[in-house]
Amino acid sequence: MFLGVTLIIVLLMQLLSPAERASTYITSPAQLQHIDVVIKQYGLDKPWYNQYWRWISGALHGNLGYSRVAKMSVAQAIETRFPNTVTLALAALLPIVGVGIWMGTAAALNRDKIVDQISRVVAIVGWSLPTFVLGIWLLVIFYGGLDWFQPGQLTVADSIRLSNMTAGGTFHNYTGFLVIDSLVNGQFGIFLDVIWHLILPVITLSAVTSAQIMRVMRSSLLDALGQDYVRTARSKGLSERVVNNKHARRNALIPVLTVSGFTIILLFNGVVITETIFSYPGMGSWLANAATQLDYASVLGGAVFTAVVVVFANLVVDVLYALVDPRIRYD
Amino acid sequence: MDSSADDLHTAPAAALRESERGFWRSKGMKRFRRNPLAIAGTIIVIVYILIAVFAPQLTYFQLKTIRNTCVRDLGLSVDSTQKIVEPWTGTFWRSIVAPPSSCFTIPRASYSSVPAPASGKLWLGATSGGYDIYYGLVWGTRSAFYVGILVVGFGMLMGALVGAVAGYAGGWVDNVLMRFVDVVLSMPNLVIAIVIVTILGQSLTHVMIAIAAVQWAPYSRILRGDIMAIKERDFVDGARALGARGPRVVLRHILPNSLGPLLVIASLDIGAIVLTAAALSFLGLGAPVGYADWGQMISFARDWIKGPPGQPFAYWFVSAWPGLVIVVFVLGWNLLGDAVRDVLDVRS
Repeated sequence: MFLGVTLIIVLLMQLLSPAERASTYITSPAQLQHIDVVIKQYGLDKPWYNQYWRWISGALHGNLGYSRVAKMSVAQAIETRFPNTVTLALAALLPIVGVGIWMGTAAALNRDKIVDQISRVVAIVGWSLPTFVLGIWLLVIFYGGLDWFQPGQLTVADSIRLSNMTAGGTFHNYTGFLVIDSLVNGQFGIFLDVIWHLILPVITLSAVTSAQIMRVMRSSLLDALGQDYVRTARSKGLSERVVNNKHARRNALIPVLTVSGFTIILLFNGVVITETIFSYPGMGSWLANAATQLDYASVLGGAVFTAVVVVFANLVVDVLYALVDPRIRYD
Repeated sequence: MDSSADDLHTAPAAALRESERGFWRSKGMKRFRRNPLAIAGTIIVIVYILIAVFAPQLTYFQLKTIRNTCVRDLGLSVDSTQKIVEPWTGTFWRSIVAPPSSCFTIPRASYSSVPAPASGKLWLGATSGGYDIYYGLVWGTRSAFYVGILVVGFGMLMGALVGAVAGYAGGWVDNVLMRFVDVVLSMPNLVIAIVIVTILGQSLTHVMIAIAAVQWAPYSRILRGDIMAIKERDFVDGARALGARGPRVVLRHILPNSLGPLLVIASLDIGAIVLTAAALSFLGLGAPVGYADWGQMISFARDWIKGPPGQPFAYWFVSAWPGLVIVVFVLGWNLLGDAVRDVLDVRS
């Protein structure tokens, strides 16, 4: 899978001129003065399979080129930005799992009652709110109008304080995750600030996905409740709660997991847009910025890295399958 | 070979198989008509189609008062502009069927650097730079359908080609092609599109290419499955027994039988495609500034989140109207798509 993605990307790069391709190999601004040397040095005028081999061995050693947008090497840029994106994505999982699964369950168990009706409206509305529209609207209301939330990752005051502390050696980056580092360093104020700045992006990012998960959860739980094994469990005299949670819901989660595989990919699309709207310093906004400024090295490096993450995320979904469904075993 | 009877039988959906009873009275259509959400979705989509078709007439007032070069390129003078709304003139039909490309340029009411609220001339206000929001949204509907239909068309062509080759050839060809499809489908489509647009350069055409480059993959997979099923049927053997060669069997006997369901699935994707295109434009990777395009209309709002001190919601119209148009559009396609999939669902 990884080989396929990188191969396609390198083949696409053949559409660029050697000089443009050279930008992926440049690791410092000084090298920009000697493009010809770089082209020679890295054999960018050689056939594509040579270049592919060179590129992939470079990539495996962490050499992805120099990012003009981030003003550091691509590998460094990924290192500083990726934790922020992970934080955002994991935070978005809370409402996706919470609202999606919980409300889907509630809707199915109270079919056609008020909870179900509300959840249906929420699903239809949430499902039709494109990330970029919702994000802009939330910003207009809660930043422009009410000024409760600000874009970015920290308030200006806090980010100045943070950079002063980092420079002064009183704040250590242990993990790169600001949420964890601020707690470890005992900076509770910064921790709260980070969480506060996550609220709007998380709502934006999770709206569509939560709605989808909720719909799937509702219909698959309704399916499961009509199955014979649920009737058997009931007739055995098990309590309603045990029947619902252990027998029906667990089986209903399998289709939900299947859909999650697709939604992870959708989530990545959302990350690019959400981070751009909220000027959140993650992978997505970096990728979008790099694309508008024709920073090839960043776009390609970022895309390849995204491919790796998607493969990994799908692996996690596969493992979850095995946890939910004991019939599935990986040897 | 009576292909029309076979058309009905090879459609994967049970609902379609019933169409001997008449399409409108079939079980699926009955359910569709009884579902209020499906009706709402259909109406919304039809309204958008009408807006796209009659964009020149709907913006007649703007064409006459704010003006861009569209009127001139239609061969009209200031006094004869009204021909656009007179159905008995050739200009009326020309403006609908083949409007000059300059009509997609949003007319500018001013060159002001701040958005202007709605007024007599500006029905929904103007963005910064004086771009008329109403005009941009109406013609943006047209360019949205333009992108959607072209991408679906190209995606289907490409998907049909790859799917037909994979399904008919089988063996290692099938294996290689389907692994390639897996790779394409495993990447977030926006990221692929960003990579492609970055490499090709920023323009609406490249946005369409970038989206189509992902969109064909699921179609080829669907078609491959269909072809593998149809390949085993008697009438294909019959055609082969009569001496038809591979390409002829695929083109004349297999493809016509499997394209129908694919066309339904693909046309429902128009909503999602328009959304992806709008997202790319929103990120600044699409059409040039001033081109009527929804994504661009709402990206203007990014600079006008906050009003001047004391009037926090002063520029609400810059984000509200484009957003509303996009949300209702997505809602319509979602409702319609959901209902159609429900009808086509074999289980029910």
